[in-house]
Amino acid sequence: MSTTTAAAPQDAPLSGAESRAARSRSLRLLGDLLRPHRGRLGWAGVLVVASTLGQVAGPALVAVTIDHALPALDDGDGAPLAVYGALFVLAAVVGGLAGGAYVRQAAVISQAVLLELRRRVFRQTQRLSLEFHEGYTSGRIISRQTSDLEALRELLDGGLTGVVSSVLVMVFTAVSLALLDWRSGVVLLVSFLPALALTRWFQKRSQVFYRRQRTASARVIVKFVETMTGMRAVQAFRREATTEQDYGALAEDYRAANYATFSLNGRYQPGLVLIGNLTVVAALAYGGWRVLTGELDVGVLVAALLYVKRFFQPIQQVGMFYNAFQSAAAALEKVSALLAEEPTVVEPARPVALPAARGELRLEHVTFRYGHGPVVLPDLDLTIPAGQTVALVGTTGAGKSTLAKLVTRFYDASEGRVLLDGVDVRDLSTPDLRRAVVMVTQEAYLFSGSVRDNIALGRPGASQAQVEAAARAVGAHEFVMAMPDGYDTDVNKRGGRVSAGQRQLLSFARAFLADPAVLVLDEATSSLDIPGERLVQRGLQTLLADRTAIIIAHRLSTVAIADRVLVMEHGWVVEDGSPEELVELDGRFARLHAAWRDSLV
Amino acid sequence: MPPDTADPTPRPAVETFRGSGAPGADASTVRALGRLLPFVRPALPRLVGGGLSALGASLAALAIPRVLQHVVDGPLAAGARTHDAGALWSAMALVLALGLAEAGLILLRRSLVMLPGTRVEAVMRGVLFRHLQDLPVAFHDRWAGGQLLSRSMTDLGLLRRWLVFGLLQLVVSTATVVVGVGLLVATTGWLGLVYLVGAIPVTVIVFRFSRRFRAISRRSQDQAGDLATAVEESVHGIRVLKAFGRGRDALESFTGQAEELRRTELAKAGQQARINVALTLIPELTLAVCLVLGAWLAHTDQITVGALTAFFATAAVINGPVVDLGMTLSMTLNARTAVDRFFEVIDTVNPLTDPDDPQVPAAPEGRVVLRDVTFRHDDAATPVLDHLDLELPAGTTTALVGLTGSGKSTLAMLVPRLYDVTAGAVELDGVDVRRMRRADVRRAVAVAFEDPTLFSASVRENVLLGVDDDLPAPERERRLREALEVAQAGFVEDLPQGLDTRIGEEGLSLSGGQRQRLALARAIAARPRVLVLDDPLSALDVATEEAVTARLRDVLAGTTSLVIAHRPSTVALADRVAVLQDGRVRAVGTHSQLLATDPHYRYVISSLEDDAAEHGVGALADATAEGDGDAATTRETTLDDEATGARL
Ligand SMILES: Nc1ncnc2c1ncn2[C@@H]1O[C@H](COP(=O)(O)OP(=O)(O)OP(=O)(O)O)[C@@H](O)[C@H]1O
Ligand SMILES: Nc1ncnc2c1ncn2[C@@H]1O[C@H](COP(=O)(O)OP(=O)(O)OP(=O)(O)O)[C@@H](O)[C@H]1O
Ligand SMILES: [Mg+2]
Ligand SMILES: [Mg+2]
Repeated sequence: MSTTTAAAPQDAPLSGAESRAARSRSLRLLGDLLRPHRGRLGWAGVLVVASTLGQVAGPALVAVTIDHALPALDDGDGAPLAVYGALFVLAAVVGGLAGGAYVRQAAVISQAVLLELRRRVFRQTQRLSLEFHEGYTSGRIISRQTSDLEALRELLDGGLTGVVSSVLVMVFTAVSLALLDWRSGVVLLVSFLPALALTRWFQKRSQVFYRRQRTASARVIVKFVETMTGMRAVQAFRREATTEQDYGALAEDYRAANYATFSLNGRYQPGLVLIGNLTVVAALAYGGWRVLTGELDVGVLVAALLYVKRFFQPIQQVGMFYNAFQSAAAALEKVSALLAEEPTVVEPARPVALPAARGELRLEHVTFRYGHGPVVLPDLDLTIPAGQTVALVGTTGAGKSTLAKLVTRFYDASEGRVLLDGVDVRDLSTPDLRRAVVMVTQEAYLFSGSVRDNIALGRPGASQAQVEAAARAVGAHEFVMAMPDGYDTDVNKRGGRVSAGQRQLLSFARAFLADPAVLVLDEATSSLDIPGERLVQRGLQTLLADRTAIIIAHRLSTVAIADRVLVMEHGWVVEDGSPEELVELDGRFARLHAAWRDSLV
Repeated sequence: MPPDTADPTPRPAVETFRGSGAPGADASTVRALGRLLPFVRPALPRLVGGGLSALGASLAALAIPRVLQHVVDGPLAAGARTHDAGALWSAMALVLALGLAEAGLILLRRSLVMLPGTRVEAVMRGVLFRHLQDLPVAFHDRWAGGQLLSRSMTDLGLLRRWLVFGLLQLVVSTATVVVGVGLLVATTGWLGLVYLVGAIPVTVIVFRFSRRFRAISRRSQDQAGDLATAVEESVHGIRVLKAFGRGRDALESFTGQAEELRRTELAKAGQQARINVALTLIPELTLAVCLVLGAWLAHTDQITVGALTAFFATAAVINGPVVDLGMTLSMTLNARTAVDRFFEVIDTVNPLTDPDDPQVPAAPEGRVVLRDVTFRHDDAATPVLDHLDLELPAGTTTALVGLTGSGKSTLAMLVPRLYDVTAGAVELDGVDVRRMRRADVRRAVAVAFEDPTLFSASVRENVLLGVDDDLPAPERERRLREALEVAQAGFVEDLPQGLDTRIGEEGLSLSGGQRQRLALARAIAARPRVLVLDDPLSALDVATEEAVTARLRDVLAGTTSLVIAHRPSTVALADRVAVLQDGRVRAVGTHSQLLATDPHYRYVISSLEDDAAEHGVGALADATAEGDGDAATTRETTLDDEATGARL
């Protein structure tokens, strides 16, 4: 668990073409997310214009007041002053209110976008196949959903608010300046050239830096999540120091990556300010010279210079926005890459309807390997008639769980077909398949939340009575009632509040509640005490009376309730028959069975 | 399914995990942020330098319009009459100098604060991580992963940004406003004072805003943490969600949570909008008054036109920072929330620490004694272990047998001191484990957990987890091989990269039995004095189990072992058996002794008489159906009678 942290292909530096593709995918996603909000964005634009008008009107009104109302007042006419004063108030009110409304509107848009993106990523995560999850790790998905989204949020919240008004202020100011004195406007325009060059320089570098930062942040998160998840083992095996070192190194990478983006930005921003200030000097020189030659009014020069200065005041904000934009674009590259993943187990385009499955299973020459690994199931040919209870036994690693995962379509067969009621499972819609086939996995995972919610996962919307009945059927009711809040007790993360056996019972209760046509139980009673197991089996006998079941178990006690036993060895079914037949046969099963019986007391 | 969406706070901190200095809701923001000082202190000179440069930069910015006014009002206007260009040159030089100074100072400020900003963040992140690793398992049982993660990433990120931008911005904005207003008052008297009056309502509003905003900000950051937890669980539990086809329900529940966060964020934006309106409207309205008043003052020649121009130019410079103040303030309040949340974890007192004067056993042989041990989980009403006594003599193997939920695993976790007893003591070679250093205890005791708890690393790294790094490589390799051999984990040779194959997150690219054997090998490789095996063979088939048992017996000879067992085949590893019931060890003896004398043991371990059980289970089902209170006892007695009956 030390040093190496998943350095998957996504983390490798990108080539030129890949880089462009990633960037354009990222921008497409951003456009895609913003498109439904065009109307709102438009309204936000209106608000910004109004608020900016309010802001820009201020100095203009001051200028006209000084230039016109003051002489008028000196001439004994107070009316213009009153008018301009009133206009000033109006501008203030409009500007202020519009500004506030804009902040809200921007938040509405940004939060809607974030919600949508969160949902998309979540849906995609659920949609993707296990094969994907085995390689991607939960930490990276969490980092997509948290720190990457945080980057986008920063852009939408801070950046966007700032930049729209800034750019508008700049545009208004520039236009006002051009109207006032077009020559000063030209000076302003010329100053754009160095600003653009600087921005281009920044863009190129920041793209690289921000990508590095995203990767570094994901690595820190991956390590963090994994350590917290495995804290028992970390502490029991005194791994704290090593883990801290590893984590420290990753955190330092992340810090360095952050530092790199900051210092880049730390040169970009003052660069922009410098360009702005030099432009003011240039405008002063040019304007001052024209004042000296009498071409220009002193009053106009004051206003022009104030406009130029004002023009550049929001330049840092624009720079900041661009910076946030680069950061968000890099983050969206990662997110959009996740969204672009295609599940290996695909939903059929035209699913065959299977409203009520009977539960006949057939595996036709199924071959399977995980990814490019060794072949786990070389060639499996098997029919399980509807209603049959099959016990699947065999050495560990023989491929029992793999077989179960094919039947439940966690994976697709590499070759051959898996048929449910004669329909290829690849042609079934996920809801149909999941309704028909349910599996209790070897890992009994409970979600934090109440006992009830955990059991009701088997059938959302189940009533308390149904939940309780399921719990009783597996013998979980007593211990649940003994917990402080009964069915409302929070089982804590991963069901840490209940014992391993109790966890299995609760997982089992889920399956009872789900009531599928085909039930697959993968070592579902391995951690139970013997009385508990007996009780579960008793319940199973009633439950399985009319449905197909595959029961994977090492404890051969299960076999007692099976109609048929399959013995697996290295991916092959080596024995197949009723328990009695197999005992007669005097093969592997007979030996296993004898050994098992001997072990009993 | 996923977590209780309505609960915005982290798990209720119960007894042991109450922060010592739990920040009261009324603690001031300044004081809260002041807690950063120890972390920030080394960076303080640079931060102050950064602040000064920022101040300088904004002073330069502030000066530029005044210089412009000065130029226009005086020399330039005069020069226009006299055609004297000299004034222009010097004015340009001055503006240029100021402009260069501003840009230079911004550059300086950024380069000064950047390094400490990121350092402070990294240091705090490290401190948090170390503390989390130090905190006992009981803490991690109850704190959701997302809450910890969001503290480590989001909150510390917020803090860094605040330190680098927010804090300085706050200082600079405030300073700019103060200096600006000072200038206004000093240079334009009445006008400035009028402007100053506007500050009164602003202050009041800002104050009220802070209070409200803080509450919302806390809610939002907590909700974000919960959301992260939901994501984590939805990925860790993906197999269950897929097996039941509950992806859509999970999405709905997640959407509900995300929706709540969105509402909170909108409420936050609402507050932000209000403060923005206040901070724009009030100064602007004040300026409107000033405009009329100023015009009248100029009209009555109490003020020059140039001064009036300068007044508004300066006011325009102040306006920006005043509006910024709204943003900066919320940033500061968010940072304060982050600090609070950070220290909530840091302040959590670790009740399970190393003693000041650690002891080491005089004669380390591996004898474990649980003396009058009572253990109650923090959030449970009744103790799981109740005045329990048990001795594991050195070198012997004891099987611990009891019903599901009887407290076997809990007892096992007490030995390596992953939990501390509520009362009584656990002694290792005559020394209370609480008087020893945790590392020493855990070096002496190795555990194979009932859930394998593997890491996404190579097989080698996983198995050698408990082996000291400073051991010579050949010795490490030898232990690795031996442990794998004992655990019958020869399958690792067939993995794509053999021992260097990464086994996927939590080892989930292995079969159940393969994972369990690696966890077993890991405990064996540590070569402990005391080996705790929690149901170590549950996922193995009969044949493999036999093979492991045979080899394990050799290893266990001479090592004190506690083996938790549900099956007779596992019990077979042990010299003696302890039966756990109702929180106590009710009997200790050999398997056959107990079988003969202890009905509860018979009940727990015996699965014979499928035939009789048929009968028994029937009775049991009835008993369970009737009993609602303490049905477990009912079912036991029933079965006991049956079993005894069958035997007789
Ligand atoms: N996700 C995976 N990726 C790669 N290989 C895998 C994966 N899951 C299982 N395997 C390999 O496939 C083989 C069969 O595994 P499977 O889980 O089907 O065994 P099993 O019969 O269920 O064993 P057990 O009784 O131990 O649970 C094993 O060698 C295992 O290492
Ligand atoms: N963190 C916790 N908080 C509260 N109660 C807990 C916690 N962990 C376990 N318990 C309770 O303590 C009891 C003992 O649990 P423990 O895991 O020790 O049982 P066990 O004997 O190992 O059972 P199993 O055979 O199923 O593994 C159970 O009733 C369980 O619900
Ligand atoms: Mg399996
Ligand atoms: Mg246990």
